[in-house]
Amino acid sequence: MSELLIKSIFQENLALSFFLGMCTFLAVSKRVDTAVGLGLAVIVVQAITVPVNYLIFNLLLLEGAWAWAGLPEVDLTFLKLVSFIGVIAAMVQILEMTLDRFAPRLYRALGIFLPLITVNCAILGGSLFMVERHYDFQQSVVYGIGSGAGWALAIITFAAIRERLKYSDMPRGVEGLASAFIVTGLMSLGFSAFSLVTP
Amino acid sequence: MSLKHHLTAPLIGNNPITLQILGICSALAVTTTLSTAVTMSVALTVVLALSSGLISLIRHHIPPSIRLIIQITIVASIVILIDLFMQAFMFEMSKKLSIFVGLIVTNCLVLGRAEAFAMRNPVLPSVLDGIGNGLGYALVLLIVGALREFFGAGSLMGIPLVTTVADGGWFQPLGLMQLAPSAFFILGLLVWVVRVLRPEQAERPEFRLETVEDRRP
Repeated sequence: MSELLIKSIFQENLALSFFLGMCTFLAVSKRVDTAVGLGLAVIVVQAITVPVNYLIFNLLLLEGAWAWAGLPEVDLTFLKLVSFIGVIAAMVQILEMTLDRFAPRLYRALGIFLPLITVNCAILGGSLFMVERHYDFQQSVVYGIGSGAGWALAIITFAAIRERLKYSDMPRGVEGLASAFIVTGLMSLGFSAFSLVTP
Repeated sequence: MSLKHHLTAPLIGNNPITLQILGICSALAVTTTLSTAVTMSVALTVVLALSSGLISLIRHHIPPSIRLIIQITIVASIVILIDLFMQAFMFEMSKKLSIFVGLIVTNCLVLGRAEAFAMRNPVLPSVLDGIGNGLGYALVLLIVGALREFFGAGSLMGIPLVTTVADGGWFQPLGLMQLAPSAFFILGLLVWVVRVLRPEQAERPEFRLETVEDRRP
């Protein structure tokens, strides 16, 4: 379990080795505090949606899941994408309403980032990897938390670098997007050193 | 604006990846070889053209409050079709692309064009805009994919062009090109090149070093 956790945070970092959630990664990383907010939101949403999608996939969509109702040959796996994206959108909505009701301060801090997460491909990617790698329920909980934490770690570190980078004197054309890509590349190179880390 | 403009503008002038910063996730992940880049480009262009056309067709009937859900459902249905098609006829390729065909659903390029263009324009320009943006995306993918495969393995589309050291030749493959960081580097350099050639695309720096001229009264 701890092996999967460390692997999903460092070695198989969703942002830096699978390029997931890159659009948000580049767009919301100009300041550290917004990056922290988005990172926290991603951890929470990822930790909820991966296990929920596991349950939906295994209890409703998988071939033979409807055997108890006398329909053993029904195979709904082709609905995977639609139902996952539906679950993610619904979860984000529910989380938003729950936070608004019970933790208004946290809600105000995360507020604008929650809707953004629905179209963050790191979240959908996490659920699709869970299916592709045949994780069981426990593993999917751990993977959800780990991959969310890895993404958050990447965006917070990147925002910290970027905050310093804006004072640097770069050649014309490199400022902004090009420098962001090159820095992310260097970070990705740095993270690949974690492949030697084993628990 | 002529119809041709919708098709050609997104190629370099308003490229989805280098200027609009849309759809980057898949652009980087599928470019280790040229063949995966080509397949992904075709898949995305088809999805983009179909979804823009469909959304534009029913744009007057979509209630604004639930438009995102409708758009996502339309895109997801088309992506499922493409995914099943690839699993049926190009199984090896769909294994190689793994989850990235499915991730076209959350590709911000598709939703971005639906929201920004297809919701406000008639069907024909929307389809052309979809194809144009798909081609702009494809152009970047093909450049990155060709560079990574050539320098990383000495081949293009799986056909060896130079003999590698392992086969007794002279070409030492650059291992880094097959890893994730190289995709970021190549895309960064590509954006730099585009912005040097088209200076109007460059972003203004937030801070600038004070020069002697600035201090003169």
